[in-house]
Amino acid sequence: MAREVALPLEIEEERPEPRKRWKRLLSTARKHPLGVFGLGCVSLLFFCGIFADLIVPFDPEATLRERQTYGSLVKAIEPNDTRLTIADAQLEVGTNFDIDGERMSVVPPAPKVSGTGTIINVQRASSQSAHEAGAALELDTAIANIKPSWSHPFGTDHNAKDVLSRVIFGARISLLIGLTAIITGVTAGAFFGVISGYFGKIVDTIIQRCVDILLAFPAVVLLLAIITVVGDEDSSVRRFLANNTPLPKGEFLGIPTFLDVFIVALVIGLAVAVFTTRVVRGAVLSIKENVYVDAARAMGASDARIMWRHIFPNVAALVVILGSVLLPVAILAEAAISFLGVGVPLGTPSWGADLSDEKSRQNMLEGIWWPVFFPGLALSLVVLGFNMLGDAFRDLSDPRLRGSGLGGGGGGGAGRGPI
Amino acid sequence: MREYILRRVLLLPFIMFGVAFMTFLAYRIIPGDAAILHCQLECTPDTVAALRHEFGLDRPPLPLSVDTKPPFLEIHGDSQFGGWLGGVLRGDLGSSFSYRTPVTDELGRRVPITVELLFLTVVLALSIGLPIGVLSAIRPATPVDWLSRFLSVLFLSVPSFYLGILLITFGVVWFNWSPPQFGTGYVPFYDNPWINLQQFFFPALVLALGESAVLMRLTRSAMLEVMRNDYIRTAWSKGLRERAVVWRHALKNAIIPIITVIGLQIGGLLGGAVIVESLYNLNGMGKYILEAIIRRDIFVVQSVTLLFAVSYVVANLFVDLTYAWLDPRIRYA
Repeated sequence: MAREVALPLEIEEERPEPRKRWKRLLSTARKHPLGVFGLGCVSLLFFCGIFADLIVPFDPEATLRERQTYGSLVKAIEPNDTRLTIADAQLEVGTNFDIDGERMSVVPPAPKVSGTGTIINVQRASSQSAHEAGAALELDTAIANIKPSWSHPFGTDHNAKDVLSRVIFGARISLLIGLTAIITGVTAGAFFGVISGYFGKIVDTIIQRCVDILLAFPAVVLLLAIITVVGDEDSSVRRFLANNTPLPKGEFLGIPTFLDVFIVALVIGLAVAVFTTRVVRGAVLSIKENVYVDAARAMGASDARIMWRHIFPNVAALVVILGSVLLPVAILAEAAISFLGVGVPLGTPSWGADLSDEKSRQNMLEGIWWPVFFPGLALSLVVLGFNMLGDAFRDLSDPRLRGSGLGGGGGGGAGRGPI
Repeated sequence: MREYILRRVLLLPFIMFGVAFMTFLAYRIIPGDAAILHCQLECTPDTVAALRHEFGLDRPPLPLSVDTKPPFLEIHGDSQFGGWLGGVLRGDLGSSFSYRTPVTDELGRRVPITVELLFLTVVLALSIGLPIGVLSAIRPATPVDWLSRFLSVLFLSVPSFYLGILLITFGVVWFNWSPPQFGTGYVPFYDNPWINLQQFFFPALVLALGESAVLMRLTRSAMLEVMRNDYIRTAWSKGLRERAVVWRHALKNAIIPIITVIGLQIGGLLGGAVIVESLYNLNGMGKYILEAIIRRDIFVVQSVTLLFAVSYVVANLFVDLTYAWLDPRIRYA
């Protein structure tokens, strides 16, 4: 079986001119269409996340209402008359509407159809004035479950909230949780990993046994267990964060319960830290055997200085790579625990929480697919984008596979997180 | 390797103790009295005290307590932690706060469900991932390869719960069919294999697709690596047919890392079981622990979490042993 691997001969090439560099970038992009697609998805996530409140067409939290006017009041209403004939409006029991600014609601018995229109019984509000025949009837309804259309490209959900706006805000929440979890997790992981690897002996043993214990839990179970403890209404961690840090207690960045979302991010960060500690420690074990570490020590450098100036710079690249690989995993983890109903509070426009909405899923079986379909699609596209981007980078960085179109095979389990 | 495995085995009890201690402590530092959470409406001080006594919550939590007054260190023989751990060692996992049912009884019903789910998942994942991965590796840079790589990255990215929701919806909307557990509850395999497999096929498929993506990628890269070897060239030049070269010579050598990864993925699968079981209404271990966590049923949570951790760690250990057994070069290394 013949397999042709075209190895490009680029070795003799000199440092390219700026314009040439652009050209090469373009040709690289053309060779990796999936990578470009991934970059597009990830860029879209960042764009939507950062500018969410500027680009949303509606408030993701607001119940959308609609005013409809029917010039169809056939019979005048006398002060004591509570019967009303209307031409064509579909008014069910419980509907509220206004006539000349007076609020009325339809009460049982149910509407009866007569020759000229529908007769309904109404409950009148305080004022007892009579209304003219032909007065406008203003209906004020929440527009729930409307199909995707030009004004609502992704439709509205059963709470009459605009799905597109919620998906865009979901990007912000995903990004916020992902980045917070990665930054805190990777920083803490690098810190403990360097200390554990550098000092060895008892410090290493203590830290690594703790890591062993935390790694013994399946990730989802660990996250569930910790979040129920830490995220509890009056847990000490939560109270500490609320009282002793400048974190806002209420709404922030357009997210209604910022503190809860932040706590979810911290807990995911803990899981990230556990993993990072193990990996960084392994790298440090080999780095600290280098001669320059001995040299630094011989020159009288302190442990802290050696770790910061000689060891950390050598694991920094690894830490950055770990962070970028774990970012989609963290986003997915948030969605999963929110889906299980343990993550962000109910009603937060998070993709996972929207997917878990019981009513929306019931409606989906009856053909109202958009409130569930779009958040899930967004989540899948984001993870897909990160994976494709990662594959493209791996292709580019593995010289054996460069140009052969054979990449995307390495790693295997690396891109797959706890879900 | 022997030394390594021996160390792993010796470490096991310590890790388990740590896991037990952590889960125990985590649910003791939750503010609010567990008893008050569970007596609901008829919460008089008397009933709360009775509940606390019944479940032993009035005993000291840990066997050792530190005090500022003498005696500074106190040892409690009747501590909650000691009682629970002793029970676990004797095979008694305590009983549920809400339902008063022993955890072991409940697990006896639920463990087979989760085991069947995970078993089917692994079988499905292997039967999807392995052939596609091999095909993609022996025909690199062809449409087959592109398709399989696209599928793998797609399956890797679509979260299991989303896929599950879509599958349920399509079943209901297009075929007016929903998995039988939504109506009848779990049917054991020996009672009615057909219904049982219907119940398990889709949850297992949902879990297996993500898993098969990992296997596809891994099989592909492992096979590409192996196909470069001299002994493969020898096999070709002997005039062996492609089937013999690929299945007997190449795959046999490529399978070792694949088995390792299946073992490493057990943790992910156990987590996935929590999601899929709650989605497909399968009363397995995953759904049990999720419901217990939401109910704050601390006795169930601590025991089942421990069980999850034990199965995970033991599975990993087992994989290490298999690894050494499969690859003789590793054994005395």
